[in-house]
Amino acid sequence: MQTVKMVITGPFSSGKTEFIRTVSEIDVVATERKISSEVEKIKESTTVAMDFGRITVDDDLVLFLFGTPGQKRFDFMWEILSEGMLGFIVMVDSTRPETFREARTILETFKAYAPTPYIVAANKQDSPDAWEVEDVKHALRLDPEVKIMPCVARNKESVKTVLLELLYGILAEMEKN
Amino acid sequence: MALKGNLRDFTITQLLNLVNLARKTGSLIIEGPTDVAQVTFRDGKLAFARLGQTDSSLATILHLNQKITAGQYRVIKERAGKMTDKELGLLLINAGYLSQEDILGSVQQYFIAIIRQLYTWVDGFFRFQPDLMPPEDKITVRLDLENLIIEGSRQMKEQEQLQEEIPSLDMALKFSERPGTNLRNVSLSVEEWRVVSYINPKNTIRQIAKANKMNDLAIRRVVFSLLQAGLVQLARPEGMPVAPVTSSSSSRPGAAPLPVTNKEEQKSLVNRLISRIRSL
Ligand SMILES: Nc1nc2c(ncn2[C@@H]2O[C@H](COP(=O)(O)OP(=O)(O)OP(=O)(O)O)[C@@H](O)[C@H]2O)c(=O)[nH]1
Ligand SMILES: [Mg+2]
Repeated sequence: MQTVKMVITGPFSSGKTEFIRTVSEIDVVATERKISSEVEKIKESTTVAMDFGRITVDDDLVLFLFGTPGQKRFDFMWEILSEGMLGFIVMVDSTRPETFREARTILETFKAYAPTPYIVAANKQDSPDAWEVEDVKHALRLDPEVKIMPCVARNKESVKTVLLELLYGILAEMEKN
Repeated sequence: MALKGNLRDFTITQLLNLVNLARKTGSLIIEGPTDVAQVTFRDGKLAFARLGQTDSSLATILHLNQKITAGQYRVIKERAGKMTDKELGLLLINAGYLSQEDILGSVQQYFIAIIRQLYTWVDGFFRFQPDLMPPEDKITVRLDLENLIIEGSRQMKEQEQLQEEIPSLDMALKFSERPGTNLRNVSLSVEEWRVVSYINPKNTIRQIAKANKMNDLAIRRVVFSLLQAGLVQLARPEGMPVAPVTSSSSSRPGAAPLPVTNKEEQKSLVNRLISRIRSL
Protein backbone atom coordinates (compact mmCIF):
# COMPACT_ATOMS: atom_id res chain seq x y z
CA MET A 1 0.00 0.00 0.00
CA GLN A 2 1.33 3.40 -1.00
CA THR A 3 0.40 6.56 0.83
CA VAL A 4 0.84 10.24 0.08
CA LYS A 5 -0.02 13.18 2.24
CA MET A 6 -1.19 16.72 1.93
CA VAL A 7 -1.32 19.26 4.70
CA ILE A 8 -4.17 21.71 5.24
CA THR A 9 -3.00 24.58 7.37
CA GLY A 10 -4.10 28.09 8.26
CA PRO A 11 -5.08 30.26 11.21
CA PHE A 12 -7.57 29.42 13.92
CA SER A 13 -11.10 28.81 12.63
CA SER A 14 -10.25 29.27 8.96
CA GLY A 15 -12.13 26.11 7.98
CA LYS A 16 -9.46 23.41 7.84
CA THR A 17 -11.53 20.75 9.59
CA GLU A 18 -14.54 21.60 7.45
CA PHE A 19 -12.44 21.28 4.30
CA ILE A 20 -11.18 17.82 5.19
CA ARG A 21 -14.56 16.67 6.43
CA THR A 22 -16.13 17.60 3.09
CA VAL A 23 -14.01 15.24 1.00
CA SER A 24 -12.78 12.60 3.40
CA GLU A 25 -14.32 9.18 3.03
CA ILE A 26 -13.95 8.29 6.67
CA ASP A 27 -15.27 10.38 9.47
CA VAL A 28 -12.54 12.85 10.10
CA VAL A 29 -10.45 11.80 13.03
CA ALA A 30 -10.49 15.22 14.55
CA THR A 31 -8.93 15.89 17.88
CA GLU A 32 -11.31 18.64 18.81
CA ARG A 33 -11.71 20.24 22.18
CA LYS A 34 -14.33 22.54 23.58
CA ILE A 35 -12.96 26.06 23.66
CA SER A 36 -12.55 27.54 27.09
CA SER A 37 -10.72 30.81 26.59
CA GLU A 38 -12.96 33.81 26.03
CA VAL A 39 -10.81 35.40 23.35
CA GLU A 40 -11.04 32.47 21.06
CA LYS A 41 -14.67 31.73 21.74
CA ILE A 42 -16.00 32.48 18.32
CA LYS A 43 -16.95 28.84 17.90
CA GLU A 44 -17.55 25.84 20.05
CA SER A 45 -14.61 23.56 19.40
CA THR A 46 -11.10 23.70 17.95
CA THR A 47 -8.63 21.20 16.60
CA VAL A 48 -5.95 20.49 19.19
CA ALA A 49 -3.61 18.00 17.59
CA MET A 50 -4.59 17.37 14.01
CA ASP A 51 -7.38 16.41 11.68
CA PHE A 52 -6.92 13.37 9.66
CA GLY A 53 -8.85 12.57 6.52
CA ARG A 54 -8.47 9.87 3.94
CA ILE A 55 -9.23 9.36 0.28
CA THR A 56 -8.66 5.92 -1.18
CA VAL A 57 -7.42 6.29 -4.73
CA ASP A 58 -7.26 2.66 -5.75
CA ASP A 59 -6.19 -0.72 -4.46
CA ASP A 60 -2.74 0.39 -3.53
CA LEU A 61 -2.81 4.15 -3.18
CA VAL A 62 -4.22 6.28 -0.37
CA LEU A 63 -4.18 10.04 0.03
CA PHE A 64 -4.12 11.37 3.57
CA LEU A 65 -5.21 14.87 4.39
CA PHE A 66 -3.72 16.30 7.54
CA GLY A 67 -5.16 19.40 9.10
CA THR A 68 -2.98 21.36 11.46
CA PRO A 69 -4.26 22.85 14.68
CA GLY A 70 -4.95 26.53 14.13
CA GLN A 71 -4.20 27.86 17.56
CA LYS A 72 -0.73 29.22 18.01
CA ARG A 73 0.07 27.27 21.09
CA PHE A 74 0.04 24.06 19.10
CA ASP A 75 2.46 25.19 16.44
CA PHE A 76 5.08 22.71 17.64
CA MET A 77 2.96 20.19 15.71
CA TRP A 78 3.49 21.92 12.41
CA GLU A 79 6.94 20.68 11.61
CA ILE A 80 6.02 17.13 12.47
CA LEU A 81 2.95 17.28 10.28
CA SER A 82 4.78 18.86 7.39
CA GLU A 83 7.29 16.07 7.15
CA GLY A 84 7.09 14.37 3.79
CA MET A 85 4.09 16.25 2.47
CA LEU A 86 3.36 16.30 -1.24
CA GLY A 87 2.00 19.82 -1.03
CA PHE A 88 0.07 22.08 1.29
CA ILE A 89 -2.95 24.33 1.33
CA VAL A 90 -3.13 27.47 3.41
CA MET A 91 -6.74 28.15 4.39
CA VAL A 92 -7.61 31.76 5.04
CA ASP A 93 -10.88 33.00 6.50
CA SER A 94 -11.77 35.69 3.95
CA THR A 95 -14.18 37.27 6.42
CA ARG A 96 -11.57 37.94 9.10
CA PRO A 97 -8.78 40.24 7.94
CA GLU A 98 -7.38 40.30 11.45
CA THR A 99 -6.11 36.76 10.77
CA PHE A 100 -4.31 37.58 7.51
CA ARG A 101 -1.05 38.47 9.16
CA GLU A 102 -0.97 35.15 10.91
CA ALA A 103 -1.88 33.33 7.70
CA ARG A 104 1.18 34.85 6.11
CA THR A 105 3.38 33.76 8.98
CA ILE A 106 2.04 30.23 8.72
CA LEU A 107 2.62 30.21 4.98
CA GLU A 108 6.21 31.39 5.36
CA THR A 109 6.85 28.86 8.09
CA PHE A 110 5.58 25.94 6.03
CA LYS A 111 7.48 27.14 3.01
CA ALA A 112 10.62 27.02 5.11
CA TYR A 113 9.91 23.45 6.20
CA ALA A 114 9.79 22.09 2.67
CA PRO A 115 9.93 23.49 -0.86
CA THR A 116 6.80 21.67 -1.93
CA PRO A 117 4.06 23.25 -4.04
CA TYR A 118 1.28 25.02 -2.19
CA ILE A 119 -1.78 27.11 -2.79
CA VAL A 120 -3.81 29.54 -0.75
CA ALA A 121 -7.56 28.98 -0.36
CA ALA A 122 -9.61 32.11 0.34
CA ASN A 123 -12.29 30.34 2.31
CA LYS A 124 -15.86 31.28 3.27
CA GLN A 125 -16.48 32.96 -0.06
CA ASP A 126 -20.18 32.19 0.45
CA SER A 127 -20.34 34.69 3.28
CA PRO A 128 -21.43 38.26 2.53
CA ASP A 129 -18.53 39.48 4.68
CA ALA A 130 -15.90 37.71 2.60
CA TRP A 131 -13.11 39.77 1.07
CA GLU A 132 -12.62 39.40 -2.69
CA VAL A 133 -9.97 36.84 -3.60
CA GLU A 134 -7.81 39.51 -5.25
CA ASP A 135 -8.01 41.67 -2.14
CA VAL A 136 -7.04 38.75 0.06
CA LYS A 137 -4.11 38.14 -2.24
CA HIS A 138 -2.89 41.70 -1.82
CA ALA A 139 -3.55 41.76 1.89
CA LEU A 140 -1.45 38.63 2.27
CA ARG A 141 1.22 40.24 0.11
CA LEU A 142 1.44 37.11 -2.00
CA ASP A 143 3.80 37.07 -4.92
CA PRO A 144 2.09 37.11 -8.31
CA GLU A 145 3.09 33.55 -9.07
CA VAL A 146 1.43 32.21 -5.92
CA LYS A 147 -1.89 30.58 -6.66
CA ILE A 148 -4.88 31.69 -4.61
CA MET A 149 -8.31 30.08 -5.11
CA PRO A 150 -11.78 31.01 -3.92
CA CYS A 151 -13.12 28.35 -1.59
CA VAL A 152 -16.24 27.29 0.26
CA ALA A 153 -15.07 24.49 2.50
CA ARG A 154 -18.62 23.23 3.01
CA ASN A 155 -19.04 22.70 -0.70
CA LYS A 156 -17.62 19.52 -2.16
CA GLU A 157 -17.13 20.84 -5.69
CA SER A 158 -15.24 23.83 -4.34
CA VAL A 159 -12.96 21.65 -2.20
CA LYS A 160 -12.31 19.36 -5.15
CA THR A 161 -11.34 22.33 -7.30
CA VAL A 162 -8.82 23.50 -4.73
CA LEU A 163 -7.31 20.04 -4.32
CA LEU A 164 -7.09 19.59 -8.08
CA GLU A 165 -5.42 22.95 -8.54
CA LEU A 166 -2.74 21.93 -6.05
CA LEU A 167 -2.26 18.61 -7.82
CA TYR A 168 -1.90 20.36 -11.19
CA GLY A 169 0.73 22.54 -9.59
CA ILE A 170 2.57 19.49 -8.32
CA LEU A 171 2.44 17.93 -11.76
CA ALA A 172 3.71 21.12 -13.38
CA GLU A 173 6.58 21.20 -10.90
CA MET A 174 7.53 17.65 -11.90
CA GLU A 175 7.47 18.56 -15.60
CA LYS A 176 9.86 21.41 -14.88
CA ASN A 177 12.54 19.37 -13.15
CA MET B 1 14.15 34.37 46.39
CA ALA B 2 16.97 34.13 43.91
CA LEU B 3 16.22 36.74 41.30
CA LYS B 4 18.05 35.25 38.38
CA GLY B 5 17.27 33.70 35.04
CA ASN B 6 17.49 34.18 31.32
CA LEU B 7 16.20 37.09 29.28
CA ARG B 8 14.51 34.62 27.00
CA ASP B 9 12.02 33.91 29.77
CA PHE B 10 11.97 37.25 31.52
CA THR B 11 12.63 40.40 29.53
CA ILE B 12 14.44 43.56 30.59
CA THR B 13 11.11 45.38 30.60
CA GLN B 14 9.61 42.81 32.94
CA LEU B 15 12.66 43.11 35.19
CA LEU B 16 12.35 46.89 35.35
CA ASN B 17 8.70 46.51 36.16
CA LEU B 18 9.51 44.16 38.99
CA VAL B 19 12.21 46.44 40.42
CA ASN B 20 9.80 49.36 40.20
CA LEU B 21 6.94 47.56 41.92
CA ALA B 22 9.08 46.04 44.66
CA ARG B 23 11.03 49.31 45.16
CA LYS B 24 14.23 47.33 45.04
CA THR B 25 17.74 48.47 45.88
CA GLY B 26 20.73 46.73 44.32
CA SER B 27 22.20 45.86 40.95
CA LEU B 28 21.12 43.78 38.04
CA ILE B 29 24.03 42.06 36.36
CA ILE B 30 23.20 40.96 32.84
CA GLU B 31 25.54 38.80 30.83
CA GLY B 32 24.57 39.48 27.24
CA PRO B 33 25.89 37.97 24.03
CA THR B 34 28.88 40.30 23.82
CA ASP B 35 28.95 42.37 26.99
CA VAL B 36 28.16 42.42 30.67
CA ALA B 37 25.91 45.19 31.94
CA GLN B 38 25.33 46.49 35.43
CA VAL B 39 22.18 48.44 36.19
CA THR B 40 21.79 49.76 39.72
CA PHE B 41 18.60 50.86 41.46
CA ARG B 42 17.85 52.68 44.67
CA ASP B 43 14.35 52.30 46.09
CA GLY B 44 13.05 51.18 42.74
CA LYS B 45 14.57 54.09 40.82
CA LEU B 46 17.37 53.96 38.30
CA ALA B 47 20.63 55.10 39.89
CA PHE B 48 23.40 53.94 37.62
CA ALA B 49 24.23 51.85 34.55
CA ARG B 50 27.40 50.59 33.00
CA LEU B 51 28.00 48.49 29.89
CA GLY B 52 31.07 46.28 29.59
CA GLN B 53 34.42 47.98 29.60
CA THR B 54 33.26 51.09 27.76
CA ASP B 55 34.71 54.32 29.09
CA SER B 56 31.96 55.76 31.26
CA SER B 57 33.95 58.57 32.83
CA LEU B 58 32.14 61.87 33.27
CA ALA B 59 34.40 63.57 30.73
CA THR B 60 33.45 61.02 28.08
CA ILE B 61 29.76 61.24 28.91
CA LEU B 62 29.81 65.05 28.68
CA HIS B 63 31.67 64.86 25.40
CA LEU B 64 29.14 62.35 24.00
CA ASN B 65 26.33 64.70 25.02
CA GLN B 66 28.12 67.61 23.37
CA LYS B 67 28.33 69.51 26.63
CA ILE B 68 32.06 69.94 26.12
CA THR B 69 34.05 70.25 22.92
CA ALA B 70 36.64 67.77 21.71
CA GLY B 71 39.32 70.28 22.74
CA GLN B 72 37.95 70.66 26.24
CA TYR B 73 37.65 66.90 26.47
CA ARG B 74 41.30 66.47 25.62
CA VAL B 75 42.38 69.07 28.15
CA ILE B 76 40.33 67.45 30.90
CA LYS B 77 41.68 64.02 30.09
CA GLU B 78 45.24 65.37 30.22
CA ARG B 79 45.04 67.57 33.27
CA ALA B 80 42.33 66.04 35.34
CA GLY B 81 42.88 62.41 34.50
CA LYS B 82 43.21 61.46 38.15
CA MET B 83 40.12 63.29 39.33
CA THR B 84 37.02 61.30 40.24
CA ASP B 85 33.78 62.03 38.41
CA LYS B 86 32.34 63.79 41.43
CA GLU B 87 35.40 66.00 41.80
CA LEU B 88 35.40 66.85 38.11
CA GLY B 89 31.69 67.66 38.23
CA LEU B 90 32.18 70.02 41.14
CA LEU B 91 35.10 71.68 39.41
CA LEU B 92 33.11 72.28 36.21
CA ILE B 93 30.17 73.69 38.17
CA ASN B 94 32.34 75.92 40.35
CA ALA B 95 34.25 77.19 37.36
CA GLY B 96 30.93 78.17 35.77
CA TYR B 97 31.34 75.92 32.74
CA LEU B 98 28.29 73.78 33.33
CA SER B 99 25.30 73.66 35.61
CA GLN B 100 24.41 70.78 37.90
CA GLU B 101 21.43 70.07 35.59
CA ASP B 102 23.75 69.82 32.58
CA ILE B 103 25.80 67.21 34.34
CA LEU B 104 22.98 65.16 35.86
CA GLY B 105 21.02 65.35 32.60
CA SER B 106 23.95 64.03 30.59
CA VAL B 107 24.62 61.22 33.01
CA GLN B 108 20.94 60.31 32.95
CA GLN B 109 20.86 60.28 29.14
CA TYR B 110 23.87 58.04 29.15
CA PHE B 111 22.20 55.54 31.50
CA ILE B 112 18.98 55.59 29.47
CA ALA B 113 20.94 54.86 26.29
CA ILE B 114 22.40 51.78 27.98
CA ILE B 115 18.94 50.54 28.98
CA ARG B 116 17.73 51.07 25.41
CA GLN B 117 20.57 48.95 24.20
CA LEU B 118 19.64 46.26 26.69
CA TYR B 119 16.16 46.11 25.17
CA THR B 120 17.69 44.58 22.07
CA TRP B 121 19.17 41.72 24.06
CA VAL B 122 16.92 38.72 23.76
CA ASP B 123 19.28 36.23 25.29
CA GLY B 124 21.47 36.48 28.36
CA PHE B 125 21.71 35.51 32.01
CA PHE B 126 20.70 38.00 34.66
CA ARG B 127 20.98 38.07 38.43
CA PHE B 128 20.05 40.65 41.01
CA GLN B 129 22.59 41.51 43.69
CA PRO B 130 21.01 43.50 46.52
CA ASP B 131 24.37 44.38 48.04
CA LEU B 132 26.09 45.68 44.93
CA MET B 133 26.17 49.47 44.56
CA PRO B 134 28.19 51.61 42.14
CA PRO B 135 31.66 52.80 43.18
CA GLU B 136 31.56 55.71 45.67
CA ASP B 137 33.07 58.22 43.27
CA LYS B 138 30.51 57.72 40.50
CA ILE B 139 27.72 60.20 39.94
CA THR B 140 24.29 58.61 40.32
CA VAL B 141 20.76 59.75 39.45
CA ARG B 142 17.24 59.06 40.72
CA LEU B 143 15.10 58.32 37.69
CA ASP B 144 11.57 56.94 37.78
CA LEU B 145 11.37 53.74 35.77
CA GLU B 146 7.81 54.20 34.48
CA ASN B 147 8.71 55.88 31.21
CA LEU B 148 11.43 53.39 30.46
CA ILE B 149 9.01 50.54 31.11
CA ILE B 150 6.43 51.99 28.71
CA GLU B 151 9.09 52.49 26.08
CA GLY B 152 10.32 48.94 26.60
CA SER B 153 6.90 47.39 26.18
CA ARG B 154 6.40 49.30 22.96
CA GLN B 155 9.67 47.93 21.66
CA MET B 156 8.75 44.47 22.78
CA LYS B 157 5.54 44.65 20.80
CA GLU B 158 7.47 45.70 17.75
CA GLN B 159 9.91 42.87 18.30
CA GLU B 160 7.07 40.37 18.53
CA GLN B 161 5.51 41.64 15.33
CA LEU B 162 8.81 41.46 13.52
CA GLN B 163 9.30 37.97 14.83
CA GLU B 164 5.96 37.02 13.32
CA GLU B 165 6.70 38.63 9.98
CA ILE B 166 10.15 37.08 9.74
CA PRO B 167 9.87 33.82 11.63
CA SER B 168 13.33 32.58 10.81
CA LEU B 169 16.65 34.30 10.24
CA ASP B 170 17.87 31.19 8.48
CA MET B 171 15.99 32.12 5.34
CA ALA B 172 17.72 33.86 2.47
CA LEU B 173 16.53 36.92 0.57
CA LYS B 174 16.01 37.37 -3.12
CA PHE B 175 14.93 40.33 -5.17
CA SER B 176 11.24 40.39 -5.80
CA GLU B 177 10.16 39.33 -9.27
CA ARG B 178 7.25 41.68 -9.04
CA PRO B 179 7.13 43.87 -12.11
CA GLY B 180 7.68 47.56 -11.60
CA THR B 181 10.02 47.42 -8.68
CA ASN B 182 13.29 48.97 -9.57
CA LEU B 183 15.94 49.48 -6.97
CA ARG B 184 17.12 52.63 -8.67
CA ASN B 185 13.82 54.33 -8.07
CA VAL B 186 13.63 53.90 -4.34
CA SER B 187 15.53 55.70 -1.69
CA LEU B 188 17.09 53.37 0.78
CA SER B 189 18.82 54.20 4.03
CA VAL B 190 22.48 53.39 4.41
CA GLU B 191 21.57 50.42 6.57
CA GLU B 192 19.12 49.15 3.97
CA TRP B 193 21.71 49.47 1.22
CA ARG B 194 24.18 47.50 3.26
CA VAL B 195 21.68 44.67 3.59
CA VAL B 196 20.66 44.91 -0.06
CA SER B 197 24.26 44.57 -1.13
CA TYR B 198 24.44 41.15 0.49
CA ILE B 199 21.25 39.76 -1.02
CA ASN B 200 22.07 36.43 -2.55
CA PRO B 201 20.40 33.03 -2.33
CA LYS B 202 23.56 31.77 -0.64
CA ASN B 203 23.36 34.19 2.30
CA THR B 204 20.93 33.65 5.13
CA ILE B 205 19.50 36.72 6.87
CA ARG B 206 21.57 35.74 9.90
CA GLN B 207 24.76 35.80 7.85
CA ILE B 208 23.86 39.18 6.39
CA ALA B 209 23.29 40.51 9.89
CA LYS B 210 26.64 39.19 11.00
CA ALA B 211 28.47 40.68 8.05
CA ASN B 212 26.92 44.05 8.84
CA LYS B 213 27.32 43.71 12.60
CA MET B 214 23.60 44.14 13.12
CA ASN B 215 21.68 42.57 15.97
CA ASP B 216 18.50 40.51 15.48
CA LEU B 217 16.18 43.42 16.00
CA ALA B 218 18.05 45.71 13.66
CA ILE B 219 18.23 43.22 10.80
CA ARG B 220 14.57 42.29 11.25
CA ARG B 221 13.60 45.96 11.01
CA VAL B 222 15.53 46.42 7.79
CA VAL B 223 14.33 43.18 6.21
CA PHE B 224 10.77 44.03 7.18
CA SER B 225 10.92 47.43 5.55
CA LEU B 226 12.37 45.88 2.39
CA LEU B 227 9.60 43.27 2.39
CA GLN B 228 6.99 45.96 2.95
CA ALA B 229 8.35 47.92 0.03
CA GLY B 230 7.99 44.80 -2.09
CA LEU B 231 11.66 44.85 -3.00
CA VAL B 232 12.64 41.48 -1.64
CA GLN B 233 11.13 38.13 -0.86
CA LEU B 234 12.10 35.49 1.61
CA ALA B 235 13.70 32.52 -0.07
CA ARG B 236 15.03 29.17 0.88
CA PRO B 237 18.81 29.43 1.11
CA GLU B 238 20.77 27.59 -1.52
CA GLY B 239 22.36 24.42 -0.26
CA MET B 240 19.89 24.06 2.57
CA PRO B 241 18.76 20.45 2.81
CA VAL B 242 15.46 20.16 1.01
CA ALA B 243 12.37 18.32 2.20
CA PRO B 244 13.17 15.82 4.90
CA VAL B 245 12.39 12.89 2.65
CA THR B 246 12.48 10.03 5.04
CA SER B 247 12.77 6.46 3.95
CA SER B 248 9.63 4.47 3.27
CA SER B 249 10.33 2.44 6.38
CA SER B 250 9.09 5.36 8.47
CA SER B 251 6.04 4.45 10.46
CA ARG B 252 4.19 7.70 9.89
CA PRO B 253 1.75 7.57 7.00
CA GLY B 254 3.20 9.20 3.93
CA ALA B 255 6.48 10.19 5.52
CA ALA B 256 8.06 10.56 2.10
CA PRO B 257 6.29 12.82 -0.39
CA LEU B 258 6.01 10.08 -2.94
CA PRO B 259 6.44 6.37 -2.44
CA VAL B 260 8.03 6.06 -5.88
CA THR B 261 11.24 7.69 -7.02
CA ASN B 262 11.05 7.21 -10.76
CA LYS B 263 9.90 10.40 -12.46
CA GLU B 264 7.35 8.76 -14.77
CA GLU B 265 5.94 6.72 -11.92
CA GLN B 266 5.62 9.88 -9.85
CA LYS B 267 3.69 11.62 -12.56
CA SER B 268 1.43 8.67 -13.04
CA LEU B 269 0.78 8.60 -9.33
CA VAL B 270 -0.22 12.26 -9.28
CA ASN B 271 -2.42 11.65 -12.30
CA ARG B 272 -4.14 8.84 -10.42
CA LEU B 273 -4.78 11.24 -7.55
CA ILE B 274 -6.19 13.76 -9.99
CA SER B 275 -8.65 11.40 -11.60
CA ARG B 276 -9.75 10.09 -8.24
CA ILE B 277 -10.51 13.53 -6.91
CA ARG B 278 -12.31 14.50 -10.09
CA SER B 279 -14.56 11.50 -9.59
CA LEU B 280 -15.48 12.30 -5.99
N1 LIG C 1 -19.77 30.37 5.75
C1 LIG C 1 -18.80 29.46 5.81
N2 LIG C 1 -18.41 28.99 7.00
C2 LIG C 1 -17.43 28.06 7.06
C3 LIG C 1 -16.81 27.59 5.89
N3 LIG C 1 -15.86 26.70 6.25
C4 LIG C 1 -15.89 26.62 7.60
N4 LIG C 1 -16.85 27.45 8.09
C5 LIG C 1 -17.20 27.64 9.50
O1 LIG C 1 -16.10 28.25 10.12
C6 LIG C 1 -15.94 27.76 11.43
C7 LIG C 1 -14.56 27.18 11.61
O2 LIG C 1 -14.40 25.99 10.82
P1 LIG C 1 -13.41 24.80 11.24
O3 LIG C 1 -13.43 23.84 10.14
O4 LIG C 1 -13.68 24.32 12.61
O5 LIG C 1 -12.05 25.61 11.25
P2 LIG C 1 -10.59 25.07 11.63
O6 LIG C 1 -9.68 25.78 10.73
O7 LIG C 1 -10.56 23.60 11.64
O8 LIG C 1 -10.44 25.64 13.09
P3 LIG C 1 -9.36 25.22 14.22
O9 LIG C 1 -9.17 23.76 14.15
O10 LIG C 1 -9.97 25.68 15.48
O11 LIG C 1 -8.16 26.00 13.88
C8 LIG C 1 -17.01 26.71 11.64
O12 LIG C 1 -18.10 27.34 12.30
C9 LIG C 1 -17.39 26.34 10.23
O13 LIG C 1 -18.71 25.91 10.14
C10 LIG C 1 -17.26 28.11 4.62
O14 LIG C 1 -16.78 27.79 3.54
N5 LIG C 1 -18.23 29.05 4.66
MG1 LIG D 1 -10.04 22.30 13.06
